[in-house]
Amino acid sequence: MSSRVISSEYLKVILMSLVLVILFSGMAFAQNDQAAANAIAIDTVWTLIAAFLVFFMQAGFAMVEAGFTRAKNAGNIIMKNMMDFASGSLVFWAVGFAFMFGSGNNFIGTTGYFLQDTFANLGLDIPIAAFFIFQTVFAATAATIVSGAMAERTNFSGYLAYSVVITAFIYPVVGHWIWGGGWLAEMGIVDFAGSTVVHSVGGWAALAGAIVLGPRIGKYNEDGSANALPGHNLLMAALGVFILWFGWFGFNPGSTVAGTDLSIASIAVTTNLAAAAGAVMAMIVSWIKYGKADVSMTLNGALAGLVGITAGTAAVGNLSAVIIGAIAGVIVIYSVEFFDKLQIDDPVGAVSVHGVCGAFGTIAVGFFAAEGGLLFGGGISLLITQIIGVVTVFVWAFGLGFVLFKAIDAVIGLRVSEEDEIEGLDFSEHGTDSYPDFMVNVKAEN
Amino acid sequence: MKRIEAIIRPEKTDKLIDRLEAIGISGLNITEIKGYGSQKGHSETYRGVTYRIRLRKKIKVEIIVEYTDVDKIVEAIKEAVQTGEVGDGKIFVSDIENVIRIRTGEEGAVAL
Repeated sequence: MSSRVISSEYLKVILMSLVLVILFSGMAFAQNDQAAANAIAIDTVWTLIAAFLVFFMQAGFAMVEAGFTRAKNAGNIIMKNMMDFASGSLVFWAVGFAFMFGSGNNFIGTTGYFLQDTFANLGLDIPIAAFFIFQTVFAATAATIVSGAMAERTNFSGYLAYSVVITAFIYPVVGHWIWGGGWLAEMGIVDFAGSTVVHSVGGWAALAGAIVLGPRIGKYNEDGSANALPGHNLLMAALGVFILWFGWFGFNPGSTVAGTDLSIASIAVTTNLAAAAGAVMAMIVSWIKYGKADVSMTLNGALAGLVGITAGTAAVGNLSAVIIGAIAGVIVIYSVEFFDKLQIDDPVGAVSVHGVCGAFGTIAVGFFAAEGGLLFGGGISLLITQIIGVVTVFVWAFGLGFVLFKAIDAVIGLRVSEEDEIEGLDFSEHGTDSYPDFMVNVKAEN
Repeated sequence: MKRIEAIIRPEKTDKLIDRLEAIGISGLNITEIKGYGSQKGHSETYRGVTYRIRLRKKIKVEIIVEYTDVDKIVEAIKEAVQTGEVGDGKIFVSDIENVIRIRTGEEGAVAL
């Protein structure tokens, strides 16, 4: 009897254990499913928040450019920043995103026009829509950089034509090379958030635009010396820089497109350190060179640091970030002076901040990357890859930009007439005045 | 009647108005102006380019008064705005033929 009792006790225990094992393993499976779903949700929310931050950078660019230029052109600046985003959003949806991230060859993507594809080639867990909106605001950033360099003298319809082409084709092709699995990606180029993809493309197109346009009336004297055409509102420019700096916390950390990737914290730190070092160095250099701490150069210095760190933000340590930002802050001042000597009129310093510091930041990864950087015992191969990327993107963006602006000049006309430029583009292009109440309003009769 | 025009330092405007109210002046006009005299301009830099500001900001105060009040007002202006440094400004006194108050049509000194 006792043995039967014991065996039935055994049976009970075994049954209980079986039930428990089945029960808990089921729960464990459920928990794994739940954790995976949560991870995707966190990644999606993070990507969207970052996209919204980067979208706000559009406002930052608008304020910087309007502040650094004269009051008579403020409304035109706003329209350019508004419309390159609006028209850019549409063409990037239609073709740009497909060229950039569709599957295709090493040069360009060829599937997924109008987002009609699963984009399985990207291997994303987050919805493609989240990735798409994040990439849309990036494309708009590249396009709007050009607006500042071409400020105060560009025909509005000519600008619109340019902005469609850069967002539909010039930018997405570079994006495909580096981020979309193209030939530079295969070489192992490191451009985490787009010092080259976004900023250099915009900066080199801006250089082409400024060259084809020629300088503003009254900017250079016959003896080659430059005149100051002071911007109308330094507060506005400074607010714009703060907005851009803020937006950059989406631009760089958001480029993980994964909130579960905890490197977002260290990326935020390298981003901020570089911006701070850029501002400090630009202030010091301007103070020494000009006798006073120059406001607009210091503002440019913060942006230079941000652009400089964008490529290596996930690949370099904190001290390297400070060094990269500091060098960018120095470079930007000498670069602004260099282009002034060549009589290439860039009212806001877009070519220096985005083109030159973007190229510098990309090359700096070859020196400072914790893995593969020359200074960290990684040899020279990464550096060479970075340089190849910088040079080919320059040739592509500047070359195509130059041809494009020449073509627009021939077909539509790139520059406004002399009378319109003197009167101001607010009136000539938009029939309005951004500050009507700053003068006696003769039209206001009872 | 006389017109007294005083070109003064902008930061002295409030002090001058206080002083003129204290001696019973009933109205005045102020214009923001730019100009230069012996004070000349100064240099500023913007993005590394030095440029000359040729004209300085000044305030022009205009008062129309009876000729008997002129000396008293000129004294008051000098007291209120003089610093003794170059750039204090100037006072101009000239004749006024007539004054008409638009609301009532009154003319001459009663319209002041």
